[in-house]
Amino acid sequence: MRFIFKTDYDQDIRILKHSGYWWSYGILLAVMVATPYVLGSYMQSQLVFVFIYAIVGVALMILTGFTGQASLGHAAFLAIGAYTAGFMQSLGVPFIVYFPLAAVLTGVVGALVGFPALRLHGIYLVIATIAFAFIVEEVLARWESVTHGNEGMRVRTLDLFDIPIPRDSDAFYFLCLLVLVGVSVLALNLLRSPTGRAFIAIRDSETAGKSMGIDLAAYKVKSFAISAAITGMAGVLFAHKMTFISPEMFTLLLSIEFIMVIIIGGAFGVHGAIFGAIFIVMVDPFLTALKDDVPVLVSSIASSLGMAKETATDLRDDLSRIGSAAGLKGAIYGLIIMMFILFEPYGLYGRWLKVKLFFQLFPLYKRATFKRQKTYVKSERNR
Amino acid sequence: MSFFTVDGISLQFGGLKAVDDVSFSVSKGEIFTIIGPNGAGKTSIFNLISRLYNPTSGRLSFEDSDITEVPPHQIAKLGIARTFQNIELFENASMLANLLVGRHCHATTALWQDMLFMPSVRRAEKAHRRKVEEVIEFLDLQAYRDKIIAGLPYGVRKVIEVARALCSEPKLILLDEPSSGLNVEETDDMSFWIRDIRSELGITVLMVEHDMSLVNRVSDRVLALNYGKVLASGTPSEVQAHPDVIAAYLGA
Repeated sequence: MRFIFKTDYDQDIRILKHSGYWWSYGILLAVMVATPYVLGSYMQSQLVFVFIYAIVGVALMILTGFTGQASLGHAAFLAIGAYTAGFMQSLGVPFIVYFPLAAVLTGVVGALVGFPALRLHGIYLVIATIAFAFIVEEVLARWESVTHGNEGMRVRTLDLFDIPIPRDSDAFYFLCLLVLVGVSVLALNLLRSPTGRAFIAIRDSETAGKSMGIDLAAYKVKSFAISAAITGMAGVLFAHKMTFISPEMFTLLLSIEFIMVIIIGGAFGVHGAIFGAIFIVMVDPFLTALKDDVPVLVSSIASSLGMAKETATDLRDDLSRIGSAAGLKGAIYGLIIMMFILFEPYGLYGRWLKVKLFFQLFPLYKRATFKRQKTYVKSERNR
Repeated sequence: MSFFTVDGISLQFGGLKAVDDVSFSVSKGEIFTIIGPNGAGKTSIFNLISRLYNPTSGRLSFEDSDITEVPPHQIAKLGIARTFQNIELFENASMLANLLVGRHCHATTALWQDMLFMPSVRRAEKAHRRKVEEVIEFLDLQAYRDKIIAGLPYGVRKVIEVARALCSEPKLILLDEPSSGLNVEETDDMSFWIRDIRSELGITVLMVEHDMSLVNRVSDRVLALNYGKVLASGTPSEVQAHPDVIAAYLGA
């Protein structure tokens, strides 16, 4: 176990608290840079999706994890970023201009969505953001002169300073990695500054925050705007990765996937957003593989245990019918969310911290270390 | 004009008059206590002063300026800090983060500076931290610096709330039942700290309190309330001897 002797206030301000972190994050960065030269194109492409989801995860972490404002409208912010990119590109605007422009535009829309949040709490805010997402979806479908409606919109290859960056090139991978690292650093800076502490204050006690001089309205709007702007950046990358965007890609299910990113990863840090993104992106190919392999596997085991050949074939067909049933994916997602909320509310990152602490304290780890205490003193009166 | 004045303030919830035409004034450097049975309107007065409630009528003035219309988040900047009866700390943050939020009314950096963590933000952070450390030392909270509030005992949280209020460098501090839920020893500590807040930091104290021994030990003046109305005011012994106060408490 490492004991850190503090002699300077800078030690509490720094992002990487001690030299060990320089090593571990340096190695991680080196691995990420080396990855495209090692992994196949499929895994590389999956990693790009991990980066994009992680960027949205960081955005949602700032809004939901730190400011305590839940949103089921982030697919709409992603859509606004994506469509801005597509439209601007078709007008001949260079990437270096429309990338920040998409962020600013989405940020402004996010600030507008933030205004109802001044009066709405909890589930009512969630409903308001869902309504916003539906409005955006509808606008995208109807505003055909800009979005081409339900036909969708083709997004051309990304062009950075006249160098084309195709969707499956190494350069695109590095671009997404760069944006993720940049966004993470911005988020970490924010969270160690007065603004980040104001966000936490709003999450934990609005009344106390107000009395400490925090302008709730201003900070809620700021949080929404920042979160939306980051999601807009992810939207630009998403559009270029998909090369084709249409309104039905940005549905409620996508927003739920984003919420899952932070619930599964753990909503209290940038790490959580990244862990969650890895989980969400990788669970899909995993489920597909299960759908293909499990029925065959079960029927072959059954027939080797002496089941009649026809019954075993029927069993296989039944299982694959269940596997390809519509809505199964949503049901499994729902189950995963419930399991995490019940058994690991701090998410994968929380679990990681517990495992780390176990080894740091070995053999002195106490099982009750992370036991949640019930408190009954919280007042709801001044809401 | 005195330091802090409440002038004929009333607060009505529907047909209920929670605070009914209450007037008092607090002079600089005083420890002023409001007492009264449950539901007398003591905390309502605090919520009016920190502008969480809008008064139905009456005025509040602080240091020669009218604060009746000031929005709640600007009260701290004027120099009025408060604690809450049921503890309103930021549960899932460390004590240090809680105390640093207390410095929020002195934050000067803009959003973009925070995002890029400019050198000015770093300098400001260190200055805030220095101030917070002074308060930590004053209230003897060194042991809890990096602890998450949710795991701390009630008595400690109560002190941390006072610390957070002190971090904003107030001129007037409102303490809502500082001793509720504390044991005898902790109440003793609290009474010393309340006197120190006045004598060492020069902060005027306005508090609501039920523990009469604490009230007698620290207060210069006492105001007794019942059903939102002023019963009596004066020195602790005068107020306790007042027939209306005895009637209100003993129901004679």
